[in-house]
Amino acid sequence: MQDVVLALLVKGPSHGYDLRGRLCAALGPLGETLNAGQVYVTLTRLEKVGLVVRDREDASARGPRRKVYALTGAGRERVAGWLAEPAGPRADVAEFHLKLVAAAESGMAEPLALVEARRRELRRSLAEAQHTLLAHGTDTEAGLLLEGIALRLQADLHWLEACGRAWSARAPYGKDGGNG
Amino acid sequence: MTAGPVLRAVGLSRVYGQGESTVVAVDGVDLDIPAGQTLAVTGPSGCGKSTLLHLLAGLDRPDEGEVWLGGQRIDRFGQRALARLRRRAVGFVHQDFHLMDELTAAENVELPALLAGNSPRTARRRAAALLDRAGLADRDRHLPSELSGGQRQRVAIARALVNEPLVVLADEPTGNLDTAATHDVLRLFSDLRDAGQTLVLVTHDERVAATAGRVVSLRDGALCEDTLVPAGGSQLGAFLGWEG
Repeated sequence: MQDVVLALLVKGPSHGYDLRGRLCAALGPLGETLNAGQVYVTLTRLEKVGLVVRDREDASARGPRRKVYALTGAGRERVAGWLAEPAGPRADVAEFHLKLVAAAESGMAEPLALVEARRRELRRSLAEAQHTLLAHGTDTEAGLLLEGIALRLQADLHWLEACGRAWSARAPYGKDGGNG
Repeated sequence: MTAGPVLRAVGLSRVYGQGESTVVAVDGVDLDIPAGQTLAVTGPSGCGKSTLLHLLAGLDRPDEGEVWLGGQRIDRFGQRALARLRRRAVGFVHQDFHLMDELTAAENVELPALLAGNSPRTARRRAAALLDRAGLADRDRHLPSELSGGQRQRVAIARALVNEPLVVLADEPTGNLDTAATHDVLRLFSDLRDAGQTLVLVTHDERVAATAGRVVSLRDGALCEDTLVPAGGSQLGAFLGWEG
């Protein structure tokens, strides 16, 4: 959550209400499970550790005053690190999805490049699982575990194929946020 | 064996149809396959991977580009030279086996050796050795109809190897097989890989592709990804989630 919120601030300062809207747009129906307070709590925590600063307060004619947050240099570095780090073989689907959205919105990484890097990573893991499986057979309990791991990696690679198709159709990136 | 790649594609393109209905099946593919490499070509159906394999096998001609096999440019070969090449230098494995129903397993494997001009005795000797390697020594007198799908495909692989080809090309070799039969075929490929056989296999199945030493992805006829898979590895521990 912290990383995504930071990434959404790369393009420019914003307030919690807007950030929550963009997160919800990126998550679709899953966004409905996002607690209204979560983004605000995250912003407060990020401010405490110096990754964001309070920029100003927006006072519109109608509606509440809103605290506007901006990314610090350290915050920006953290986003760059998060986008570049490999997710590991059993990464979370929603987190990788948000990473692609954040990469496109921030312009700090190309979603397709992230997809390709992840594909390479998963292929190496799957190769290891398959070779182990061929060497040890599927008839044992250990084989059953490996079969589960291989099936899961195969499913992730299928999904990645869909990600690749969708994001290559969407280029150029970063023109427009997730909130349209 | 030549010093360069065994199989090489340079700017390979293949277009089907004419006018507005043209489909670019293969679009400017460059590919070098060194001796002893196992290469998997993956991609969704319709991405051009089977067309690419047919071009590499000399079963189809490119509209643009070059195909080099064993140091010879083959895309301009005449029909006779191509037929000769397909008999000797290339072993092809089909998804649905393409065995001769009225011949036994051993006869199916012997046939290309005989067509290439070997003596019946040599053909028999090679077929017996290959069927043994494929774990089918006791099935040599069986007709294809008496064999399971996985056994038939292993006969087809033995047949592809009988003339000691420079490269074995396999088009969805496990596409019609269940999990256990797929494992048998993959184990045979794994043996071939250890023996240094150059092998190119087309598959939409990431698990099959993962057994190759190198995986390339094709999208809309163009290569979009090329991964060398190192032997060994230590990523699976992450599935235990015990690191912290």
